[in-house]
Amino acid sequence: MRDVLEIGGKQITNRLFLGTGKFSSNRLIPEAVRAAGVQVVTVALRRVDMEFEQENIAAYIPEDCIMMPNTSGARNAQEAVRIARLARAAGCGNWVKIEVISDNRYLLPDNYETIKATEILAGEGFVVLPYMSPDLMVAKKLVEAGAAAVMPLGAPIGSNRGLKTRELVRILIDEIPLPVIVDAGLGRPSEAAEAMEMGAAAVLVNTAIATAEDPVAMARAFSLAVAAGRLAYLAGPGESVEYARASSPLTGFLRD
Amino acid sequence: MSFYDERKKYEGFDFEGFFEQVTDADVRRAINRDRLTALDYLTLLSPRAEAYLEEIARKAHRLTVQHFGRVILLFTPIYVANYCSNQCLYCGFKATNRLERKKLTPAEVEEEARIIAATGLKHILLLTGESRSKSPVSYIRECVEILKKYFASIGIEVYPLEEEEYRELVDAGVDGFCMYQEVYDEEVYARLHPAGPKRNYRYRLEAPERACRAGMRTVNIGALLGLHEWRTEAFFTGLHADYLQRAYPEVEISISPPRMRPELGGFEPPVKVTDRNLVQYILAFRLFMPRGGVTISSRERAELRDHLVRLGVTKMSAGSNTAVGGRSHPEAVGQFEISDGRSVAEMAAMIYSRGYQPVYKDWQMV
Amino acid sequence: MNIYLNGKATDVPDGLTIAELVAQRMLNPETIIVEYNYNLVKKECWDGIVLKENDRLEILRFVEGG
Repeated sequence: MRDVLEIGGKQITNRLFLGTGKFSSNRLIPEAVRAAGVQVVTVALRRVDMEFEQENIAAYIPEDCIMMPNTSGARNAQEAVRIARLARAAGCGNWVKIEVISDNRYLLPDNYETIKATEILAGEGFVVLPYMSPDLMVAKKLVEAGAAAVMPLGAPIGSNRGLKTRELVRILIDEIPLPVIVDAGLGRPSEAAEAMEMGAAAVLVNTAIATAEDPVAMARAFSLAVAAGRLAYLAGPGESVEYARASSPLTGFLRD
Repeated sequence: MSFYDERKKYEGFDFEGFFEQVTDADVRRAINRDRLTALDYLTLLSPRAEAYLEEIARKAHRLTVQHFGRVILLFTPIYVANYCSNQCLYCGFKATNRLERKKLTPAEVEEEARIIAATGLKHILLLTGESRSKSPVSYIRECVEILKKYFASIGIEVYPLEEEEYRELVDAGVDGFCMYQEVYDEEVYARLHPAGPKRNYRYRLEAPERACRAGMRTVNIGALLGLHEWRTEAFFTGLHADYLQRAYPEVEISISPPRMRPELGGFEPPVKVTDRNLVQYILAFRLFMPRGGVTISSRERAELRDHLVRLGVTKMSAGSNTAVGGRSHPEAVGQFEISDGRSVAEMAAMIYSRGYQPVYKDWQMV
Repeated sequence: MNIYLNGKATDVPDGLTIAELVAQRMLNPETIIVEYNYNLVKKECWDGIVLKENDRLEILRFVEGG
């Protein structure tokens, strides 16, 4: 049986999503995408710098990829909604990663504004993937608001610190009926594998790949780790805990 | 969406076939999972899992101590009326049974309340029998007003109400809701409830959801064991509890696994549920819902209840009497026979002796 | 004539259309998005819009991002 992640009517078989920021050269992006077999990549929307000639990122993204614009730079729901609408109008499909950050110190997402933006954009037919701090009540509200998935952070953006929010993400995986995609903070393939073993539907990685010494090889490493973690999840956990027979059994009284 | 739709998903599910295919490895895997799926729970309810009862008990015991501590909450029922408009084939209080019908006056309720309160209990469960005309919501309210003076927590086990009515009772001081679906299998349900308002399967099934929405703090559900295949009934009770806990995370959800007792009408339970079966059910439920409450009534005999203290149970009734006004009039006839007739003090002593603490008052609205 | 281009006060010739401005700045029309007074304007309409004093023009593009 093919193991497919379905989001917004699209079928995704590679559960590593790739962010395109921070690569030393954009030419590495298509190489990394191909080496890892990535199907979903994120991009941002920015003002054109009139002083400098800039490269067109779209030219570096293979055509069969799903291009998911994020709303980075948005400090509130209204700005996120505006960016999403512009991106869609620009022909970038109807996927959007909501990212509302009003905190420049830790770059943590603003869950409240994120819920508001999700509600508006889902109502307009967007496939909304909100980036969030892993909070169960917020995730439930995002479900109600019409999100297509939830994307809790593993650690602060760009920190490469791993799955620090493990226990909270686990709760989301247990309780939320949508795909849970761990976004931000994963620094090593083993951490991505761990998230997938726990039952995450996918992971989104950027910094750890883009800033590796060999980003293309690291992209492939992450892809393999994600696939391995997923396979382990599907295979079911083994018997690691042993409840040894005690000298005074709890059920010894049963005779019938 | 309600649990009715959730249950429908299992229509046509081949339970027999599932149980036949369960392997030892499946059982071990289900035991060791951190978070059990519905089918893991069903696996633990399978005949195959009986061989692993002690292992399951170890984990159930550990989980219970972890989430609840070594405590057992004690409560007692108070039957204030036994009028009933239903004809449940298996019940001693059914409309066609000839017995003295009675409804306590406010003064009599107060007298019973005083006797119970003297035992130290603070949690009370108010039962009326299922007659909307004889025991209307206004009467229930009146009883609650009296009980409030003596008890910290008041639960109700009455006929199914509208959400608004539950809210009215919550406002009056009720914080607990208890209702047994009796049978989750819809066909068997129809057969066992030939007449009366209780024929409405869905209205009863959705009563706990109405109670949750109305602001009840604790909701207790259950299937009456012995009426139908216990493994599937236990399965649906667990699914129901899990559904409620997910939909209403602010409510404390508990189950009861009551076994049929001989009662007035002399109904012979079609299915035998052994002690071992009962224990398997409680343990499987504990692994499926580590934070779910499990209530054991005085239907069960003392020796079994003593053992169950360490097997996942969180609440027990004590000093019970199933007759209307039975505490002030010991000769009155009850709904069913009680097996464990120990007093509150005797129960407390037993619980202490097993290294647990009996709790009389879990909380109180201030 | 003054307009606000990407938030910055910018002097442009009178009678300039959006299409002309894009060409003048040597921007590739295929890779940019133009928002004119807070409304997105399709490429096909750039020719027909003559900029006026104090107009707000945002020219955006997709860039790298995670």
